Amino acid sequence: MEFEPVIVGFLCNWCSYTGADLAGTARIKHAPNLRTIRVMCSGRVDPTFVLKAFAAGADGVLVCGCHPGDCHYIEGNYKAMRRFELLKRMVAGYGIDERRLRLEWVSASEGERFARLVDEMTADLRRLGPCELAPTLVPWQSDLGTLAGEAAAAEREVTHG
Amino acid sequence: MAERKLQVALYWGAACGGCDVAVLDTDAFILDLAAVADIRFWPIAVDGKYADVEAMADGELDLALFNGAVRNSENRRLAELLRRKAKIFVALGTCAHMGGIPGLANGASREEIFKRAYLANPSLESGNIALPAVEHKVPAGTLDVPEFYRRVHKLDDIVPVDYYVPGCPPAPDQVKAVLLAVVQGNLPARGAVVGCSERAVCDDCDRRKDEKKVKRFYRPWQVIQDPERCLLEQGIICAGSVTRSGCGVRCPDSGMPCRGCYGPTANVRDQGAKLISAVASIVDSRDPQEIASILGEVPDIMGYAYRFGMPAATLQRTVGSL
Amino acid sequence: MSRTIQIDPITRLEGHGKITIFLDDQGAVEDCYFQIPELRGFERFVEGRPIEELPRIVTRICGVCPASHHMASAKAVDACFGGQVAPLAHKLRDMYYHAHYIHSHIAHFYALAAPDFVCGPGCDPAQRNILGVVAKVGLEIGGQVIASRSKAQRIQAILGGRTTHLVWCLPGGVSKGLTTDELAEIRPLVGELYDFTQFSLQLFRDVILGNPEYVELILNGPYTLDVHNMGLVDQNNAVNFYDGQVRVVDFEGREICRYSPAEYATHIAEHVEPWTYLKFPYLRQRGWQGFREGLDTSLYTATPLSRLNVADRMATPQAQAAREEMFSTLGGRPCRALLAAHWARLVEMVQNAEMLKRYCDDPEITGPEYRLIPDRITGEGVGIVEAMRGTLTHHYTCDQNGICTGANLIVGTTNNNAAIHMVTKKVASTMIRPGVEPDNGVLNLIEMAFRSFDPCFSCATHSLPGRMPLIVTLMQGGEVVRTFRRDPS
Repeated sequence: MEFEPVIVGFLCNWCSYTGADLAGTARIKHAPNLRTIRVMCSGRVDPTFVLKAFAAGADGVLVCGCHPGDCHYIEGNYKAMRRFELLKRMVAGYGIDERRLRLEWVSASEGERFARLVDEMTADLRRLGPCELAPTLVPWQSDLGTLAGEAAAAEREVTHG
Repeated sequence: MAERKLQVALYWGAACGGCDVAVLDTDAFILDLAAVADIRFWPIAVDGKYADVEAMADGELDLALFNGAVRNSENRRLAELLRRKAKIFVALGTCAHMGGIPGLANGASREEIFKRAYLANPSLESGNIALPAVEHKVPAGTLDVPEFYRRVHKLDDIVPVDYYVPGCPPAPDQVKAVLLAVVQGNLPARGAVVGCSERAVCDDCDRRKDEKKVKRFYRPWQVIQDPERCLLEQGIICAGSVTRSGCGVRCPDSGMPCRGCYGPTANVRDQGAKLISAVASIVDSRDPQEIASILGEVPDIMGYAYRFGMPAATLQRTVGSL
Repeated sequence: MSRTIQIDPITRLEGHGKITIFLDDQGAVEDCYFQIPELRGFERFVEGRPIEELPRIVTRICGVCPASHHMASAKAVDACFGGQVAPLAHKLRDMYYHAHYIHSHIAHFYALAAPDFVCGPGCDPAQRNILGVVAKVGLEIGGQVIASRSKAQRIQAILGGRTTHLVWCLPGGVSKGLTTDELAEIRPLVGELYDFTQFSLQLFRDVILGNPEYVELILNGPYTLDVHNMGLVDQNNAVNFYDGQVRVVDFEGREICRYSPAEYATHIAEHVEPWTYLKFPYLRQRGWQGFREGLDTSLYTATPLSRLNVADRMATPQAQAAREEMFSTLGGRPCRALLAAHWARLVEMVQNAEMLKRYCDDPEITGPEYRLIPDRITGEGVGIVEAMRGTLTHHYTCDQNGICTGANLIVGTTNNNAAIHMVTKKVASTMIRPGVEPDNGVLNLIEMAFRSFDPCFSCATHSLPGRMPLIVTLMQGGEVVRTFRRDPS
């Protein structure tokens, strides 16, 4: 079976998620390889999320935010910009190809641009192949299952107490 | 009838001996401990041998403290053995907790490290191609040495750990407090990180903290630092904000930045990720070019982020080590 | 019926090791190997790190002598910056280093070595340790031993900010100086430590020299080797722990060579054996000749005894008096009786205490100029100090941004690897009698051979090998044409 890259995308609620949504409502075709995670702001993206995505088996990670100057929270995308400067060097330090991690600004009206971005990144990753580092984390489903189990156990403890 | 003494063992994996010295640095407390405990196995100070540990019943030890990382098959064997023989198994020090300085070897392959040690360095016997071997025959018999694993592991990668005592080495007062807690039967729930605080080093650091807005980062030797002022504010990378306290702030107090040996604060999964967030957040610029130039002054991101904890990082090792 | 005896792990030392003894059909020792099973790879993983970080990374080679690595590393790093160092920093570092020596020598003598002499080599293993020593000498003396070591640690903490894993040195100097208040705190501790060094020498006279069996063991036992001696000396050929030139002297007292740090690789080479992870340094110009003793051997020791053998004098008067007493008792200098290293350690402590007093009285010691900012990176440097357990060499290269591009370390105990291997075999061959099952006491007598070296095998095994069979498969058109194999053994 041909290799299909998995891309995890952190999209900010106000601009880029809306832009991605527009691609959908406008029926713009693009590669289906992106798994979307909506965050309120690109500044919310902790480097831990990106590393966890790679550790869980992502072949690429895309972080999208509002264009500089347009952030709904004024400063958030600048924080993302600064953080990303070191994060990309850390990912390179791990030996992961730099094309696997991207920070892009996508506005709410840029549905077409979003679609092309996903296509381009998917094509790049298809050429690059699977991520150089094998997953180190259990798959997300079982991770979530563990958390759900812990929450239920905590509830039980409270009712018995 | 005399009360049964606590049965205790201390052991080192890929270690330096500093955690054992930290135990010795509890000074006269060692004598108090000896009054209530039999130290059955502690290679630095006591003559117990592996055969003595193997002969123990499972759970015969009340407490085993393991320091050092797991680097080879001997470290692994002893981790598994002592876990079986001990009721309480403690990861003592940063190497057992997070991999420690030996964990930096997860940035290079075994072949590269091997080459540097045995084939390519200025003081080797010319033309040497000999290498150590797991098994080697000599006329009188066969000699063996442990297998060197392809990467470094922290202790709980290998066996379940009951308590963690962080620090490189842990402050002797903290070691004493933990030993006392065991003797008095006064430990928190299993899995806890003990012998430290829930605060970050910054919270306990006496330096003045004003505003962190940095236009330039400096290597420690490039500036004469102001001993009263936060190091990070002076553009010197310091990991205090992302590191657990409990060490007594001993590095910033001596004029040098923290490098994170007590590990991350509670609930943080990846200390290095937090450090790069913290450092990036103080850059005083909104211009991408300027940001890149300012942060370009910071060399060796991996070495700052994961100085003591690469095996504990989300990704654990680099592609180069594979 | 031939058998193998393993002493595993060896105990009362720093680091991992085991002794494998092969007995022949009569029960005599056929061969004996001293094997080191550990290694971590410092020489490789410091590459890519900012060179100024190395002094605080390499301390983790050893937690008993971290300051030795810190100082050697700092000197190598200083040399990478063209050797620009504030002069006061050298004094402060030397002062710290003397306190560091005292902590380690006390720990070794009382906790690691003394049990064999105070409790006796054949004592119950469960008692043959520091607690057994305290039980024998009493709580008051035991308390004094512990308190003295604590004072040495306290001096280091006040002066350099930390004891284990010092972070104090950086290019150009040290990160903090000594205030007058801090000096006032240190001064009384130094006086007390000096008294303790005299107490320790007296204890040695009473317990060891006062016991004819021990004297016989030291002077006429199998714990001797005809190999050479290495140590650092200053320009007066006096013992110096922090700086100077390396001098090698043969076991009859003739100088073989003398070199400055930058020349180390011309004089020292390292040999590899497949049955241990630790390399064997030897005198390069004489070539590797195997494990042999004799005037023309290329093997040498680097221990407190070696240092005293190599130097013409101590650097301070009371230490010199102690040294003279030692050599006159032992029958002259150089002395080949390896167990005398325990005595040499105590003599060295006197110099450490006297030097600490000198620095306390130095009016410049609380000065403000303990650091300067270097203005150039020259890219290569070698730093040599005497670690408590032998001559320690750090050699670094770095690029124009001060990022480490290479590191080579020859560590204190590594110098002694061949000697330890040889004397262990010698002692095993003497102590194990054919037909007599070796008991715990005999096995401990064999361990006493390495203990005199105060080994630090975490230090020694900084570097890393691995199982490396090399297989090359030649293929043509998808078919295997030939396979070449190089096996590790």
